[in-house]
Amino acid sequence: MAVATAEGVVDALRRAGEDGTPVRFRGGGTKLGWAANRGEVPVEISMAGLDRILEHNVGDLTAVLEAGVPLARAQAAFAEADQMLSIDPPDGGATVGGIVAAGDSGPLRSRYGGVRDLVVGIKVALSDGTVARAGGKVIKNVAGYDLAKLFAGSLGTLGAILEVTVRLHPLPPATATAAGGTRDRAVLGRAVSKLSHAPLEHMGLDVRWGGGDGAVLARFGGAAAREQAEAAARMLANEGVEAQVVEDDDAIWRVQREGQRSPRWAVARISARQTDLPAVFAATDRLGGRLAGRAPLGLCWVKLEDRSPQEADAAIDELRRDYMVTVLDAPPDLGADHWGRLDPGARELMRRVRERFDPAGVCNPGAAP
Amino acid sequence: MDGSEATRPDLGPLVAEWRAAIGDEHVITHRHQLRTYESDGLLQYAVIPGAVLLPGSTAEVQAVVRSCHRAGVPWVARGAGSGLSGGATPVADGVLISLNRMRRILEVDLDNQRVAVEPGVTNVAVSQAVGPDHFYPPDPSSQIVCTIGGNVAENSGGAHCFKYGFTTNYVTGLELVLPDGEVVQVGGKELDPPGYDLVGAFVGSEGTLGIATKVWLRVVPKPEAIRTLVAFFGSTSQAGEVVSEIVAGGIVPGAIEMMDNLSIRAAEDYSRAGYPPDAGAALVVELDGSEAECSARFEQVVGICEQAGADSIRVARDEAEREVIWKARKAAFAAMGRVAPNYYVQDSVIPRTRLAEVLGRIEELAREYDVRVANVFHAGDGNLHPLVCYDGRKEGQAERAEECAGQIVKACVDAGGSITGEHGVGIDKKRYMPAMFSDADLGVFQRLRCAFDPEQRANPGKVMPTPRLCGEVPGPYRRHPLEQAGLAERF
Repeated sequence: MAVATAEGVVDALRRAGEDGTPVRFRGGGTKLGWAANRGEVPVEISMAGLDRILEHNVGDLTAVLEAGVPLARAQAAFAEADQMLSIDPPDGGATVGGIVAAGDSGPLRSRYGGVRDLVVGIKVALSDGTVARAGGKVIKNVAGYDLAKLFAGSLGTLGAILEVTVRLHPLPPATATAAGGTRDRAVLGRAVSKLSHAPLEHMGLDVRWGGGDGAVLARFGGAAAREQAEAAARMLANEGVEAQVVEDDDAIWRVQREGQRSPRWAVARISARQTDLPAVFAATDRLGGRLAGRAPLGLCWVKLEDRSPQEADAAIDELRRDYMVTVLDAPPDLGADHWGRLDPGARELMRRVRERFDPAGVCNPGAAP
Repeated sequence: MDGSEATRPDLGPLVAEWRAAIGDEHVITHRHQLRTYESDGLLQYAVIPGAVLLPGSTAEVQAVVRSCHRAGVPWVARGAGSGLSGGATPVADGVLISLNRMRRILEVDLDNQRVAVEPGVTNVAVSQAVGPDHFYPPDPSSQIVCTIGGNVAENSGGAHCFKYGFTTNYVTGLELVLPDGEVVQVGGKELDPPGYDLVGAFVGSEGTLGIATKVWLRVVPKPEAIRTLVAFFGSTSQAGEVVSEIVAGGIVPGAIEMMDNLSIRAAEDYSRAGYPPDAGAALVVELDGSEAECSARFEQVVGICEQAGADSIRVARDEAEREVIWKARKAAFAAMGRVAPNYYVQDSVIPRTRLAEVLGRIEELAREYDVRVANVFHAGDGNLHPLVCYDGRKEGQAERAEECAGQIVKACVDAGGSITGEHGVGIDKKRYMPAMFSDADLGVFQRLRCAFDPEQRANPGKVMPTPRLCGEVPGPYRRHPLEQAGLAERF
């Protein structure tokens, strides 16, 4: 169902709530292949019509965006003022609201935090017709509950996100990346640990692993980007990883982000710790996957290429024995649940939250806890 | 029990239960001892609680909360009691649960840049535990005494949060005792665990959703370099322009703090930091980060200050000089005692670009109400701390000051800001909540409250401007008996 306005979304959702008809909210349609969006729903509410950049407060480094604004369009507008929204998941036309609902993130996460850290205000619609705001338009604000964090990553199961207010950052005048490779898991693990613990202000510190081969990427931005990248390259060399400094580095990072998505194969996001990285590399090889990860955060995306759905399910089961895993992209015959088994106490609390926000139980019910 | 014991007679039978659960010496019922807990850092509010309980472990917190749940007794959790919004003000018909005995640092996992602490650990102890190479960025001025449990409840900030963020950006996991006495863990050391971000929902909930009994925190490497300067200007609006210029230049200072003339004079009398008493505004700018980046950006900041016509600029050449610069800023609140015997501190936030206009409005209000207002603020994020000075011994002054403070809050909200940036709503600011939030907004807050605490026993009477009931979960959805038994799932 295409609706052109926020009022249209509110109405459509309220009607679905009254009738008990399950609905799903659609932004750019880039994550319809995710495990959380498996299964048909009778009503799909498109947010594409809510595509206005309502405010860009240049001096305050904030912006108010309707949910259906494509991230790329927002970034282009911010870039005109030398600013950016520090959220850079693999894009492909994703909308701001969709990215917030999915809790998706990219390499900038290591420096600037995730969507949960950058959304300072939110406007939502609930299945009983309620429209409400939480947070505010200033970056510092502790009045009321922080519902933006509750909605970030809730996969459209609590209600519709109509609008978000975000914090922006200055766009660095220049960037430079130290990039190095190694086939030794332990060496790579030690090298990125060293950089993660060093007083370097990187704007991305990523790893790659697959087929027994790995790489580290450390990106810097600012007035002294090259000097900082060179310092990082020296540190990597000391750890046994030869690295080069690349100044024209956009393409490297685009490829890195693409490692988090697949139109064809299953992608599992592993919530690991820094010290788990060498073991996660080993598991990636064992399961025949390819990994892209945020070294200081321990977050890794493993793409299970050329695996049948059964093999991918077995691989996800194996990963879940050691780690918390969220399944993102899921081929049609994959059986694995998106969140897997949640702690029973926490799950009960999540269900109580959902019952209060979506008492009709109609918002993307297949993804609910 | 003698006549000086528990003020609420029906707590009597529970006292024995609590003593058995957490030890005689950790259950306080004598009136003169209870008085110690009657207020938090906001002394305008004082309520003597029915009893004070000092549990020493998660199991003991669970035992007392469970017993309160069974008996229908409301409770208020408290850390150091240094909060400035009355958030830890007790309730007369309930108990105060002090977490001060739970002060162990449970684990320092520097390899993963995580620390696990009990709620009674002080803020500063976390940075001490991970030094010298790492630190814990949120640094409220009360950091020597305030506790991590209280920081979690209030989502505390501090001078460095413009660059580094707030408590909520550093908490990765919580062990919670819910108001029904259940213990759950949400999050942990890892980021983005499957499920809702209940950590994010809990941080800043001001003690109304439960008690955090264990907190996992992220710590970060200490910056390689720190550069600090203080620049003096003829007026706050001139200094405000400089703040805008710095931010527009793509610089994100570690801290950027402003003081007006009244606070400069008071602080200088007190701290002898060498601030010129006739300066209209002092601007403390601190950059931190890598040596190369810091040096390049610092020159840019000095240039901006010079170009804006700073009367003088003092650059700290070493750590000692840096401390002197900060001494005046940190002394500002305490120094207000020299201006007036009492003051109201406000905590409103404005979009930074509205600074000059709002400060002008504050001046007008000060004249109108015939009070003196000193301004000290976190200029980077627009968090004002107007100090409305008054003499409580003089008839009508306290009321005038309070009214003036209320008008200042209103002016900030009208400018697109917030009623509180870091002190919390508590009791003190709940009356301003409707200025910022509609009835529907407040109703949605209440849904979260009801999911955690349907009987509303946790810190009742705080945050929400008027009491609201929870009621049954409305709507058609009821879990099927099979689902409740864990035998089926709903899709």
